[in-house]
Amino acid sequence: MTIVAESIILPERRGTAGRLSDFFWRHPRVLLAVLLGPPLLWLGVVYLGSLFALLLQSFFSIDDFSGLINYEFTLATYRQLLSETNLDIIIRTVTMAAVVTLVSALIAFPIAYYAARYARGKWKVLFYLGVMLPLWSSYLVKIYAWKLILAKEGILTWFFEKLNLLWLLDAWLALPVVGGNSLSVSYTGTFIVFVYVWMPFMILPIQAALERVPSNLIEASSDLGGTPAQTFRHVLFPLALPGIVAGSIFTFSLTLGDYIIPQIIGSSRLFIGQAVYAQQGTAGNIPLAAAFTVVPIVIMGIYLWMANRMGAFDAL
Amino acid sequence: MTTAVLFDNVSRYFGAVRAVDRVNLDIAEGEFFAMLGPSGSGKTTCLRLMAGFDQPTGGHIEIFGETAEGVPPYRRSVNTVFQDYALFPHLSILDNVAYGLMVKGAGREERRKAAEDALAMVKLPGYGTRRPGQLSGGQRQRVALARALVNKPKVLLLDEPLGALDLKLREQMQEELKSLQKSLGITFIFVTHDQGEALSMADRIAVFNEGQIQQLGSPEEVYNQPKTRFVADFVGSSNVLSTKLCQRLGLKAAFASLRPEAIVLAAPSNGALSLAGTVAGQSFLGATNRVVVDVDGARIAVASPAAHVVPAIGSPVTISFAARDLHPMEDA
Amino acid sequence: MRSEKSNRAPLSLKIAAAGGLTFMHLPILLIFLYAFTTEEKSYQFPPPGLTTQWFGVAWDRPDVWAALALSVKVASIATATALMLGTLCAAAVSQTRFFGRETISLLVILPIALPGIITGIALRSAFSMADIPFSFWTIVLGHATFCIVVVYNNAVARFRRISGSLIEASMDLGADGFQTFRYVILPNIGTALLAGGMLAFALSFDEVIVTTFTAGQQSTLPIWMLEELIRPRQRPVTNVVAMIVVVVTFLPILGAYYLTRDGDQIAGAGK
Repeated sequence: MTIVAESIILPERRGTAGRLSDFFWRHPRVLLAVLLGPPLLWLGVVYLGSLFALLLQSFFSIDDFSGLINYEFTLATYRQLLSETNLDIIIRTVTMAAVVTLVSALIAFPIAYYAARYARGKWKVLFYLGVMLPLWSSYLVKIYAWKLILAKEGILTWFFEKLNLLWLLDAWLALPVVGGNSLSVSYTGTFIVFVYVWMPFMILPIQAALERVPSNLIEASSDLGGTPAQTFRHVLFPLALPGIVAGSIFTFSLTLGDYIIPQIIGSSRLFIGQAVYAQQGTAGNIPLAAAFTVVPIVIMGIYLWMANRMGAFDAL
Repeated sequence: MTTAVLFDNVSRYFGAVRAVDRVNLDIAEGEFFAMLGPSGSGKTTCLRLMAGFDQPTGGHIEIFGETAEGVPPYRRSVNTVFQDYALFPHLSILDNVAYGLMVKGAGREERRKAAEDALAMVKLPGYGTRRPGQLSGGQRQRVALARALVNKPKVLLLDEPLGALDLKLREQMQEELKSLQKSLGITFIFVTHDQGEALSMADRIAVFNEGQIQQLGSPEEVYNQPKTRFVADFVGSSNVLSTKLCQRLGLKAAFASLRPEAIVLAAPSNGALSLAGTVAGQSFLGATNRVVVDVDGARIAVASPAAHVVPAIGSPVTISFAARDLHPMEDA
Repeated sequence: MRSEKSNRAPLSLKIAAAGGLTFMHLPILLIFLYAFTTEEKSYQFPPPGLTTQWFGVAWDRPDVWAALALSVKVASIATATALMLGTLCAAAVSQTRFFGRETISLLVILPIALPGIITGIALRSAFSMADIPFSFWTIVLGHATFCIVVVYNNAVARFRRISGSLIEASMDLGADGFQTFRYVILPNIGTALLAGGMLAFALSFDEVIVTTFTAGQQSTLPIWMLEELIRPRQRPVTNVVAMIVVVVTFLPILGAYYLTRDGDQIAGAGK
């Protein structure tokens, strides 16, 4: 069959590619399925499936004698989760995550504010990289750096000694709860490292939110007689809040689940992450480990739900 | 005469929204055709149906006698000049223009020559090595035109082609587009919301509103004899005379349209119709004064030459016009 | 434009911002100092002396090289997988409209929004339930899962910048779907994919939490570091490796920044 030269409809491109292209054009749903299939299979089936299977295990229990998992539906593991020791772990972790988030926001805000409002041109790039590089630096190296800093023979002790302030350090370490034998085995040490490692995640979301605030809004406020403090409280802070909440998703969630930082720098009292690790590893109690993971999942679920209602995801 | 594009009862619904509602069109080969209407009136959707970016929900489309439904845009000998020009930012101007030939497998030398000819045709010779970002809006528009025409399409679609240009450039491009179309003999179909553009360039105009064609005709017909109140308003703000006024003038129609420039502020000469009223307002528009006259509560706009003296507001005045300028309308 | 009063930062803000940045950088700089210390048994400050001998010692350590090689291999394959899956997902989300589009974004973010320990233990128990032995491939699978999001974020941001009419223009000029992808879409998202790939590589190269759950006997570089942190064997070698890791991770970050700097800037914000 020959094609009429004058035809307004051009012939199909020869070969499989041409035919397939026409087919996809006529059936956009098939194209969508082809595009979404592999990632959905990976994330939706493999990842979510594993997550779901894990959650399911929290409804099983462990046989005290044989140490084997008893595959019968029970809430016994959750009763165990709410025992006093475990509840202690949960409260300790959530408190730590909340304080870390709060302090991270306090440190991050001035950096983000300066970068968003005053830094221009070369300085802006410098600020951006100055945040990105520590953010992306190796997690373990950052912890390692603090092991060097907080060691008894390390730089911090040396610094206090030079300033003749060792008594202050010792007084702090003598305090209950936050103190300890040395900084590297105290809650204070754990807290500092948590803030150091997760705080950079707070800066860019706050900066993004602040950059969306038109600067004439701030001028309008001071024009209307607002003092800098009033402008901050009534204009800047409410507008930056979605960014702070977006950033706090990271600081909060990452602190909740971390088990390496408290293991390396901290006291012997456990955090959720360590409890999960210990339960699935040495104790072999997968159901209890699974029940423990439900705690951050539920907390983060509530957190994300509230953040979404505040419009924090636009700032991500 | 061959039909270039035929719409037979074509509809395009998006859920409950009737973007295009039972439209019939018959555009002749070599015609310069305008689809005029406010935004959301369905004109752009019609253009997209012709290009193949969208498929009709109902009805039938033919391009040069061949069924167009189900034919992908890349297999239609129809090309489009996009409103935002849609030049490829990663390609040079020459590669942009030669793109259509490249994907059809033309040789490098053939492509280069054809693209340079096309650039010369739109008065941009030697611009081939530049990037789209280095050109002005008017120049980008010409590149977009060259990129479409290099494929020698049977139909060229233009989506608000002059919308982004300033007034001076727009007038110049109107002239150029018209002469280009005459010399190439290709069917040009363009979409616009600017009635002046449609009136000055098109052979025929389809006026769209709410997914339907309100009136289809030559610029003179659409301008002088609007069939509906919408057309009267949209194409140059005609006066619409009420039933009462029509009766007083001895016209057997429910409504009638009357162009402001068909009215004079003077006593009637022989055979002319007239109405008495008072001057309610006036504004200076450059070549004319727009005078609003109150006739028993109805406001009638008059375009009076700027050289004529305008009576003071509140003073009585007589307006007169020829009976043939009074056009009966189908509805209000 | 520093003349206007409102454009000058208050001193307190300057001090707070500078203090914050110093806090972020000083510990990393300290790593560089310690790589040259002569002290072997403790973390003494100031270092009693400086030497470059530990670079040679680290160079001759086969266990460091093995860990490094494994990390590079894992990161390469995880990145390649994430590039493919992330791009497909981004294309589907930004180029088409379908029910549940927002859910997809949430699903992609989930592996990094949830604490790594959850992803790790979930995969670990799934592997043992399915009787899959821990191997190189189980590490890759875990890493690819959380690397998808960085590629996806970069690709979606770039897709958003490509005007929809570019793809229509290509089709209008006679290019079918595959030609449009090759000649228009790929050149326009190429640098974003490269940037996403670099960040994914950096993310995988540094990952430790998920890896502790999905690795068997193999030890990636972060696992090696972790063991040194818990049970230090030769501190100076750890110092040197830490410094090299810092330098090596800076490179893809700088690269990714330069590839995406005009426009979608926050390329790596969602680590």
